[in-house]
Amino acid sequence: MPLLEISKLKKSFVAPDGSNHPVIDVPSFCLSEREQMALSGESGSGKTTFLNLVAGILKPDSGSIRLDDREMSALSEPERDRLRATTIGYIFQTFNLLQGYTCLENVLLGMSFGPGVDKGFAVALLQRVGLGEKLRHYPRQLSTGQQQRVAVARALANRPKLVLADEPTGNLDHVNAREALKLIREACRENSAALLMVSHDREVLAQFEKVQPLDQINRAAKPPTSQIPSPIS
Amino acid sequence: MSLWRIVFKSLRQHLLSTLVTALSIALTGGLLMSVWTVKEQSQAAFTGVSAGFDAVLGARGSKLQLVLNSIFHLEESPGNLAWSDFLDIQKNPNVQVAIPIAVGDNYRGYRLVGVTTNLFSDVEYARGRRYRVESPGRPFDATLREAVVGSFAASRLGLRPGDKFHPYHGLIFDEKSQHAETYVVVGIMEPSNTPADRVIWIPLEGLQRMTGHDPKAAADLSAVLVKLKVAIAGQQMDLLYNKQGNRLTFAWPIARIISQLFDKIAWFDRVLALVAYLVALVAAGSILASIYNSMNERRRDIAILRALGARRRTIFCAIVLEASCIAALGMLIAFVAYGAIIGVAAAVIRAQTGVVIEPLAFNTIMLWAPLAMIVLSALAGIVPAVKAYQTNVAENLTPVS
Repeated sequence: MPLLEISKLKKSFVAPDGSNHPVIDVPSFCLSEREQMALSGESGSGKTTFLNLVAGILKPDSGSIRLDDREMSALSEPERDRLRATTIGYIFQTFNLLQGYTCLENVLLGMSFGPGVDKGFAVALLQRVGLGEKLRHYPRQLSTGQQQRVAVARALANRPKLVLADEPTGNLDHVNAREALKLIREACRENSAALLMVSHDREVLAQFEKVQPLDQINRAAKPPTSQIPSPIS
Repeated sequence: MSLWRIVFKSLRQHLLSTLVTALSIALTGGLLMSVWTVKEQSQAAFTGVSAGFDAVLGARGSKLQLVLNSIFHLEESPGNLAWSDFLDIQKNPNVQVAIPIAVGDNYRGYRLVGVTTNLFSDVEYARGRRYRVESPGRPFDATLREAVVGSFAASRLGLRPGDKFHPYHGLIFDEKSQHAETYVVVGIMEPSNTPADRVIWIPLEGLQRMTGHDPKAAADLSAVLVKLKVAIAGQQMDLLYNKQGNRLTFAWPIARIISQLFDKIAWFDRVLALVAYLVALVAAGSILASIYNSMNERRRDIAILRALGARRRTIFCAIVLEASCIAALGMLIAFVAYGAIIGVAAAVIRAQTGVVIEPLAFNTIMLWAPLAMIVLSALAGIVPAVKAYQTNVAENLTPVS
């Protein structure tokens, strides 16, 4: 049974001129448990919007997103928040670590909205990503690569069934990008989490066994980048 | 990680604005509490002071002026009364003790009050407490130029038993109007926490016959302090002197007359209350402005929290709680400001009036002012909390790809 099942998913935004601009139009999409898949697409192809819809951060205009056997469109916003906290780990291109929190606190914070705080597991995760010595360091005291590793640990903090990664190597250099990608994939495997990554980096995409161009699943991913308005949820 | 932890982190992250806002609340809160306490306590202290007497007999005039002059040793005397008036009231069957006093001189601004030695033997200024002279020392001899100095006046003037001084004419100190007589300090009064502490007590006759005073008025008195056998007998005396007579004033009961003073300045209470409400509003407004102005830099953090699964309600509560915490911190520091302000105020009131207020005594404002400030700040926090509640997660999380 698929972990994630999407059908007839549509999302559009209001353009500055007032017109409705379709960004997502996905007739169907599936991701199995523990599966790792990359979605490829250029900037403006709706990758982030697609992930935000899957994460329940955005609400679709129509269609169905079934995650872990729960229909997201039937859930209220607090229920979607809860589902996101317990089922999904999110890795962002810009890491999105909270600057006032130490590495350990960032991971613990990820746990606090989920099933519960498990400090031992948080420490183990940070040790796993090679930051066992930097638990009390603040993000500003870490290199870019190290910050991304904290983000990986945080994404896995609630033992999610699905990890969403939005251009997770976009801000890293060549060597760090390769290492980060390896780490993400391994960590997801070790934690039995499926991985859905979006990227436009060919080198990153080349490392996945399963790569799907976004414009093949998203009918709305046609217009050139310059015409896509900023999303408004 | 609890909501408290998130709030604590946010307060620390915005440490400067947290501290500045908390300090401004501390100052306003401290000022508010101390002004209120001084007002309440001084009102209670003034109306509670009777120095051991139920009433004052004096020349026809204002009862309030009579009480202020003879009990609190403030204000001018409304006029004199004759020695025979003292003898009359002394013989009245309702009167337990009658003490004649005469005023009109000072020593370096501290009043000299001429009194009989009955003050030390017959008067209880509080239950079981008499005016006593500290050891070494003794009450003055009514036939000599001797003085017993109130404890506060003695400490301010640096007078000790054996010291000599020349009185000055009038109630206001003027170096040019020194009397020729020399008085010897024979005792310092034990502190009574009454206006008597601010006075230099000398024999009645000594003051009456001081050089330069009108010889015709040598037997006149400024007032007679009266202790009744039964307090209710004051009604009869009131009828006798105030209604049937027209030459003298019988000021009774003292507490009600002093409360009339506060009734006259009741408008001040209303102004004070208004100022208090405005100050509290301004303080709450400063919290609102402080958090609201930082909302732009908070949006990303809020979006991250939301992406991690925090509910809108959690974010809303965190902001309201943060506003409350700033107010709580401010009001905690406010007690330090309160202590400093009321300490100074108490010293000034004691120096000026002899009335003692208790800076550390509990006043309900110490409870409701912090509570009101916290509640008001929580309400003020709702405005930025609503803004936080409405934060668009997707827009503030990441660049769109």
